[in-house]
Amino acid sequence: MRLVAKLKSLQRDWVSWVPTLWLGVFFLIPFLVVLKISLSQATIAMPPYLPLFDWVESALEIRLDFGNYLFLIDDPLYGAAYLESVRIAFVSTVITLLIGYPMAYMIATAREPRRTLLLLLVILPFWTSFLLRVYAWIAILKTNGLLNGLLMSLGLISEPLVFLQTDLAVYIGIAYTYLPFMVLPLYASLSKLDRTLLEASEDLGATPWISFVTVTLPLTIPGVIAGSLLVFVPAIGEFVIPALLGGNDTLMIGKVLWNEFFANRDWPIASAVAIIMLFVIVGPLMWLNRINSKTEEATS
Amino acid sequence: MRLSRYVFPVMASLGFGFLYAPILILVIYSFNESKLVTVWGGFSTRWYVELFQDPQILDAAKLSLQIAASSATIALVLGVAAAMTLVRFRWFRGRTWLAGMVAAPLVMPEVITGLSLLLLFVALDNWIGWPSGRGVTTIVLAHATFGMAFVAVIVQARLRDMDRTLEEAAMDLGARPTTVFLTVTLPTIAPALVASWLLAFTLSLDDLVIASFVSGPGSSTLPMVVFSKVRLGISPDINALATLMILIVGLGGVFGFWQMRRSTHRRSA
Repeated sequence: MRLVAKLKSLQRDWVSWVPTLWLGVFFLIPFLVVLKISLSQATIAMPPYLPLFDWVESALEIRLDFGNYLFLIDDPLYGAAYLESVRIAFVSTVITLLIGYPMAYMIATAREPRRTLLLLLVILPFWTSFLLRVYAWIAILKTNGLLNGLLMSLGLISEPLVFLQTDLAVYIGIAYTYLPFMVLPLYASLSKLDRTLLEASEDLGATPWISFVTVTLPLTIPGVIAGSLLVFVPAIGEFVIPALLGGNDTLMIGKVLWNEFFANRDWPIASAVAIIMLFVIVGPLMWLNRINSKTEEATS
Repeated sequence: MRLSRYVFPVMASLGFGFLYAPILILVIYSFNESKLVTVWGGFSTRWYVELFQDPQILDAAKLSLQIAASSATIALVLGVAAAMTLVRFRWFRGRTWLAGMVAAPLVMPEVITGLSLLLLFVALDNWIGWPSGRGVTTIVLAHATFGMAFVAVIVQARLRDMDRTLEEAAMDLGARPTTVFLTVTLPTIAPALVASWLLAFTLSLDDLVIASFVSGPGSSTLPMVVFSKVRLGISPDINALATLMILIVGLGGVFGFWQMRRSTHRRSA
């Protein structure tokens, strides 16, 4: 009887089970596979790793090879790449915030239909190719590119500066492509702001800047955190931007993983790199998840 | 308030300039006769002609459009199911799992998603012989998975804002849940469905990293071809390709704005 009831609820719930199982198979289980491969030994074969489990004379043999992780710890390149990625992602996030906040503020204080138009202007570039938007910066930042041409014709510099293949180019690339992710959460929290609080603070004699710093900014901190995390987390593992705009010495972990996989064909090392990267981002990811569920509770 | 009157608008305008100047430059230089970016060699459409004569790009574009259409459709179905579960079916046991998994692909670095899916496909191929080899199928599966996360986020927001009394009225009048969903819920959230399908489509069309991991020989998507060209330096036919893409998206944006204005006018009238 209970089985029938269970089957019935399963039938009723199939709408929910299908996406859950899909994500389980194509999102969750893959991480376990990565973990498994990261503990196996590389070999020249297809697929290029040795099995973890083996039947040897009716005994199950499990070989966990921690050599990949030891190798990552031993070689200072990898540690440096993780630190560099976090540093570059952090600097880019701060730049994105500084550019995005005034934009979100302007949109939130605009009247309709201007507000919708400005919002659309922020979202539109996100719909065009990410790859091509990164590519656009190559022409601008090249040594004989447009930015140097502009600066020289204005007489600000006499020799072209090197922009491309520097960290600066990577910051610009990240800020440029991730800007909508920053502006939208900021806009959401700015538009919810209770205007009467600002009027009150002005009535009490606060200057606009003081009102901004003591009222607006603290009340929009959730938006600042959400937007920053949406930029910071994916930026850590970014590959395309450092590959196209960064130099050979721009060490970012996404690029390292890519090279281990495609150039060195070392799948176990690439997997170990990915597992450690997951540990780096799991903290900010859970923070973001908590903010999301909080806003979900607040709206429903 | 001087802050909102001078300082912020100036900074915000600079922000919008920052957002649009590179796109504008890309468009202008797609009509440049010269191959060099810094030299204006006169107006020309030769890069467009070259673009449409490049079989490699055309084939890749066709493949990418097919992959984008199928993965966006799967993503839409799965994403709507996930959104309904998260917003409406509070009793569902796996809800916390689903909530956690649905948000994660949005911020997961693409190299991790790509690598993990590839290793999954290789392992599955070893265990059960499916999917045999890598190619279009594996790219569609991968794109559907991250597409559904975006669909779920958009549709969830719309479902939360939606007026539930309509659904309740239909149910009070004796409609079965499926009928309510098909005749009331779906038409109400239709704009969100269109938007999320288009977003999933665009994201698939644009993805380089995940596709590079899970694709096989002979299944090079458009971004993969573009990336291999761009790595070697500026190539003006890519500017032409970018301009065409911007034109389509721009027209879509104008249409969307017009639609939104029309619906707000109707609501206020």
